[in-house]
Amino acid sequence: MMEYIDTHCHMVSRTTEDYEQMALTGCVAVTEPAFWAGYDRSSADVFDDYFNHITDFEPKRAAEYGIQHFSWLCLNPKEGEDAQLTDEVLEIIPRYLDRENVIGIGEIGFNRVTRNERDSYVKHIDLAMRHDQLILIHTPHLEDKFKGTKHTIEGLQSDSRVVPGRVLIDHAEEHTIGMILDQGYWVGLTLYPKTKTSLGRAADMIERFGADRLCVNSACDWGPSTSLAVPRFVLEMRKRGHDESTIRKVVYDNPNTFLGQSPKFRLKATANGS
Amino acid sequence: MNDDSQSCPLSQSELLDLYFMDHRNNLLEIAAFLDRLDRAHDKDGIDDFRLKAFRHALETLLGEDPGRVEAIQMMLSDPRSDFLEERDKQSADGVSPHASGVETSPSSEASS
Repeated sequence: MMEYIDTHCHMVSRTTEDYEQMALTGCVAVTEPAFWAGYDRSSADVFDDYFNHITDFEPKRAAEYGIQHFSWLCLNPKEGEDAQLTDEVLEIIPRYLDRENVIGIGEIGFNRVTRNERDSYVKHIDLAMRHDQLILIHTPHLEDKFKGTKHTIEGLQSDSRVVPGRVLIDHAEEHTIGMILDQGYWVGLTLYPKTKTSLGRAADMIERFGADRLCVNSACDWGPSTSLAVPRFVLEMRKRGHDESTIRKVVYDNPNTFLGQSPKFRLKATANGS
Repeated sequence: MNDDSQSCPLSQSELLDLYFMDHRNNLLEIAAFLDRLDRAHDKDGIDDFRLKAFRHALETLLGEDPGRVEAIQMMLSDPRSDFLEERDKQSADGVSPHASGVETSPSSEASS
């Protein structure tokens, strides 16, 4: 069994059985970005509860299955259209940055690629820079992904404090992965049954673009998704004839290297000796 | 584009053994979807931008050139680079009404 780190999981939406299955298939750590609840929240007050949930309750729940749990904080791009909510949540976030499982700001970026979303995105980048945080970025869905990824990169490049190697741009696909890697950022491939990318296409992209600065994740949430996407990707790569060291690089070494830039991300020794 | 002409470690025969049944199934699903549209009691989707783009993308599959995935991704993407003044809706459709795949499809040309 190959140990793995899932860099993008919304465990608040999953059951304890998901934790158990992930542990049984080699998961040693997950990182949970702040997320959209499926509806626009009516007040910033609920974010106190939400941030408490993903910095206290989920780490304890994961620990029962031997999985380390880390979190990213933000107002998700889906709610970035609300400028007042953005400012109110940005006031709350610093109170949680010292929590022991918080490793950065994310998942920030664009949804429909609006002016207010851009303003929210820029403010989040500034917050991350002022507090020396890693950044995890969500790129938009489907027809909005290409132009949204371009604006994502332009936003990062407009802030001279941003170090590309401390940013992971997630949900890349064939038409966006090149521009992300070319500019020195880390790239995430999200393994979904319908949208984003499939197991086979993820393997294709690794064959074409290489395994450097590349991670895969399940982004498991309340929509069509599976918490076991990463071990299924391991199986797909083996079927495709890839060696164990390449597969391990993508599912364990790369995430450990990127996330390890946060002093709080330290993996415990495991039975496999890693 | 990278020179990736031999980047897959498996041979074509091995790839066919591994994937043919999956994609045979996908092919029949597309065929059944198009037949289902033809059998619909109300033909109100003929000019739907999603269907126009879908039919145009199918033509791309028959080409000999590599890079079919990127070509289709771009065909379905919003080609505009400007920001929306305000959010029009929360979720994407899978195809932009402004996409090249919509504007250049045979159905679109015939109706314009």
